[in-house]
Amino acid sequence: MKVEQISIFLENRAGRLEEVTRILAENKISIRALSLADTSDFGILRLIVSDHEKAKKALKENGFTVGRTSVVAVEVDDQPGGLNAILQILSSGGVNVEYMYAFVQQSSKTAIIVFRFDKTDQAIELLGQKGLKIIPGDTLYNL
Amino acid sequence: MIFDVEMETLPREELEALQLKRLQALAERVYANVGFYRQKFDERGIKPSDIRSLADLKLLPFTEKQDLRNHYPFGLFAVPKENVVRIHASSGTTGKSTVVGYTHRDVRNWARLMARCFVASGASAKDIIHNAYGYGLFTGGLGAHYGAEELGATIVPVSGGGTKRQVMLLKDFGPTVLCSTPSYALVLHEAAQEAGFSFKNLDLRIGIFGAEPWTEEMRRDIEDKMGITAIDIYGLSEIMGPGVGIECHNAQNGLHIMEDHFLVEIIDPETGEVLPPGEQGELVITTLTKEAQPLIRYRTRDITILNKVPCRCGRTTARVHRMMGRSDDMLIIRGVNVFPSQIESILLETEGLAPHYLLVVKREGNLDTLEIQVEVDEKLFSDEIKVLQRIESKIVKNIKEYLGVTAMVKLVEPRSIQRSEGKAKRILDLRKQN
Repeated sequence: MKVEQISIFLENRAGRLEEVTRILAENKISIRALSLADTSDFGILRLIVSDHEKAKKALKENGFTVGRTSVVAVEVDDQPGGLNAILQILSSGGVNVEYMYAFVQQSSKTAIIVFRFDKTDQAIELLGQKGLKIIPGDTLYNL
Repeated sequence: MIFDVEMETLPREELEALQLKRLQALAERVYANVGFYRQKFDERGIKPSDIRSLADLKLLPFTEKQDLRNHYPFGLFAVPKENVVRIHASSGTTGKSTVVGYTHRDVRNWARLMARCFVASGASAKDIIHNAYGYGLFTGGLGAHYGAEELGATIVPVSGGGTKRQVMLLKDFGPTVLCSTPSYALVLHEAAQEAGFSFKNLDLRIGIFGAEPWTEEMRRDIEDKMGITAIDIYGLSEIMGPGVGIECHNAQNGLHIMEDHFLVEIIDPETGEVLPPGEQGELVITTLTKEAQPLIRYRTRDITILNKVPCRCGRTTARVHRMMGRSDDMLIIRGVNVFPSQIESILLETEGLAPHYLLVVKREGNLDTLEIQVEVDEKLFSDEIKVLQRIESKIVKNIKEYLGVTAMVKLVEPRSIQRSEGKAKRILDLRKQN
């Protein structure tokens, strides 16, 4: 039920982000979701892509530091209170969110939220028990 | 094993008697043949016959790198030019290059001293030595080369550069000893990994590393990564080249100085006063046997500690602590003395960080600022900002604690710091500009 996310270390200098997207484009890799976290001198680009193995290899060959993390993608109704319902379940289960990012599906009826938890397996179990829809990696990569 | 058992295990009394005899002959020789020294002796009212004990060494003047530059190229030769069989020179990156001449006997002595070094490192005539020190005017390549031949080992004279080819040769020729700078050994290791194999699968068992300062932590890192015994060697072109001192593999604790050829002192770099064993200061060397270009009390600028306690390897020669920095490489940041080697130790202790780093010193307003750029490798990287920021602040904290200096730490991408095939460049001092 986990989704593989790749993360890339970026120095804050002009052209680095463009270089990542160019390498992905040249390798015909699609970006499904992304988030960029930054500080004054570096950033971490987190990506869910159509082929994370291939993306990781291509980026490493071009000298980037690339990490891989398991995250959880949860589908919620795109309406007020949707996210809050999930966070309540997690907080009452003692699971901490390290970071998250979200995107709205093409249909506009549901959103997908990508979570990085401190206790990933426990979070999946909790969310599953409450009947929330967890999107498997393969579905997400091929959206 | 010891290559020259007699000379390397002389009881101290006998060693000192030999040193005195050689020092007296040296004083006579330079007074008679080198105008520079005759003038210096006369200025101080000293005659060679005033040297009656080793303690009288302190009567003699220091020789500085600038003296070699002032007499560029051959002004300090003590023999006619036709007796000089080889010339080496420093790169001259910090000024006019310094030139050193060697007679036939000098070259032969050098080879024998380097052979001693190889044996001290644990090597023997059966070894294959991959020599990645540069050949040419730099003393490293040819110094190690003739030493290996003197020992009867097999030398592969690769010289520096052509990293991919070097990696292929390490794999194909199966050398058992690697001679290079420690930073270049890491470059080779990185390149081997890229080529898809590990140093641990090679036949290499000994690395002889010198020509730049490195640390105990870096040694452990190299030994772990490469599966070898890493030995520190010391030398400088003004004195001879590599082979002035080396660690023995038995103890790996201090560099044995070839005391029958080199008389060493430790001085306070500020006052020039001679310091007792155990105290940290600048290493000063007098060449006892050099014919072509003998030097008296040469100030090496290298900071170390002298230790005269005999080693468990059986050698009786004095040892010096691995070089702790250079008195002229020392950064003064807001009044605090900082050596790059200290920063390196802290980095390696903090997170086992890859030893690729650069110290950038600037002056903002009236204040010095120190920025430490550290490359982020996969081991260090995290997808969480807070983890990386925690590493940054931990380094800042440790540097503040150990050195009393406030530094900024900047994580940078791998390979963004320039790699070097010779001496690594660790400092970018922008204060010296404008």
